[in-house]
Amino acid sequence: MLFIKCPYCGIRSQNEFAYGGDATVKRPQLNKEISDKEWDDFVYNRKSLRGKHLEFWHHISGCRQWFKVHRDTATHEIFKTLKPNEEL
Amino acid sequence: MQKYSVFNLIKNAFSSHENWEVAWKDPTPKKSYDVIIIGGGGHGLATAYYLAKEHNIRNVAIIEKGWIGGGNVGRNTTIIRSNFMHDANGRFNEFSMDLWRNMSQELNFNVMFSPRGIINLAHSDAQMNAYARRGNSMRLNGIDAVLLNREQIKKIIPMADFSDDVRFPIFGGLMQPSAGTARHDAVAWGYARQADSMGVDIIQNCEVLGFDVVGGKIKGVRTSKGDIKAKKIGLCVAGSTSILAEKLNMTLPIETHLLQACVSEPIKPLLDHVVTFGAGHFYCSQSDKGEMVMGGDLDGYNSYAQRGNLPTLQHVLTEGIAMFPFLSKLKMLRTWGGIMDMSMDGSPIIDKTHIDGLYLNCGWCYGGFKSTPASGWTFAHTIAQDKVHKLNADYSLNRFSKGYLLDEKGLGTKTWIS
Repeated sequence: MLFIKCPYCGIRSQNEFAYGGDATVKRPQLNKEISDKEWDDFVYNRKSLRGKHLEFWHHISGCRQWFKVHRDTATHEIFKTLKPNEEL
Repeated sequence: MQKYSVFNLIKNAFSSHENWEVAWKDPTPKKSYDVIIIGGGGHGLATAYYLAKEHNIRNVAIIEKGWIGGGNVGRNTTIIRSNFMHDANGRFNEFSMDLWRNMSQELNFNVMFSPRGIINLAHSDAQMNAYARRGNSMRLNGIDAVLLNREQIKKIIPMADFSDDVRFPIFGGLMQPSAGTARHDAVAWGYARQADSMGVDIIQNCEVLGFDVVGGKIKGVRTSKGDIKAKKIGLCVAGSTSILAEKLNMTLPIETHLLQACVSEPIKPLLDHVVTFGAGHFYCSQSDKGEMVMGGDLDGYNSYAQRGNLPTLQHVLTEGIAMFPFLSKLKMLRTWGGIMDMSMDGSPIIDKTHIDGLYLNCGWCYGGFKSTPASGWTFAHTIAQDKVHKLNADYSLNRFSKGYLLDEKGLGTKTWIS
């Protein structure tokens, strides 16, 4: 069982959360020429790191807020959770 | 190579079975090879076997970080099927079925291929319509498919829950009678033994640390057992694909996720088909030892851990009990996890790369076991001929940027929503 500290509600079991994927992926900027490669990297390509991974989670059965989790994909250890506008 | 036969079994009985040849050798790596396959799982071993057999390329090494058969080929739930709707997937996996049918004879190793049939249960009229469509698509591709109603299903699996007050009543199902199971370890060992006998070096406990790429061309690998040169290199590393891709400065449409499976204590023969629950994600068959072999959803977050958490297992088995109530009486014997190379459209990638002499085989999305022979066969062709075969032409790496996705389930890029 993962125990995840929602930045708004505190520590809850993983049953309350839904996963949201890699949080380092940035949508290409608006009002600028965007190459196919940039769209490709945004939509499909992922680093899929082994080790420390910054990712989105959704407190879907709780406060329904999105937030970031810094977690180890090899050990499942959670280092830190952040609000979506915060950086590591 | 010593043939496995009843005569040799009797002959070796006189020497207390102490004089059997080793099934494969344990060589030290040579300085260079024509082809190096990275990954000694089912797909890697099959690739090396077909390189030697179909293309007469025998100066080949398989480099495996752990031991052969220790990854997903030994962790899957052994299901073999070709019940796909899309033409490319249907053709590819039916070709695989043909190779499965002769595998025990071809490899001189009993892989215990058991075409017992797979039944996908339907729990609504809409699902019956979807299965009718899929079944028709299969039949157009020459794959056997039978749409069964509730009464027909009840005759085949009377132990399923057919009571009136269930949340997801069984409306019927789609059956592929020629689908089935095989003994997964035997597949790895059978391919390994034959590949070894044709000159392939199987190098275990050898980790790839980096690649030697000069002027856009692959020259070799750096490993924990030293540098090895190679004209061509094929990656067959499933859940570890992104780790090696990083060493090649490649970012792929792949995420690595965790999938669990489990077996119950052994019971007397009860279930003689593979059955899947249609209102969730659960599949079940009974092994020859009598264990109920079960699996379902991914754990749902990026992971390289090869071990899962209990909430997912509980969720999956709740579905199992909804389908087969008797499962609740059984004790769990083992649970385990494996890491899956989830592609962004749910279909695999078997292709060349932008690096000359480097070939990619990945994206099997917890469905790689059934494709083992076809994957090895087409990947060997792609490496040997330096061009894709028509069977794997649609499994291209650039289909994502070009928009030719092969999204069998229509799930999109959220790979963890299995």
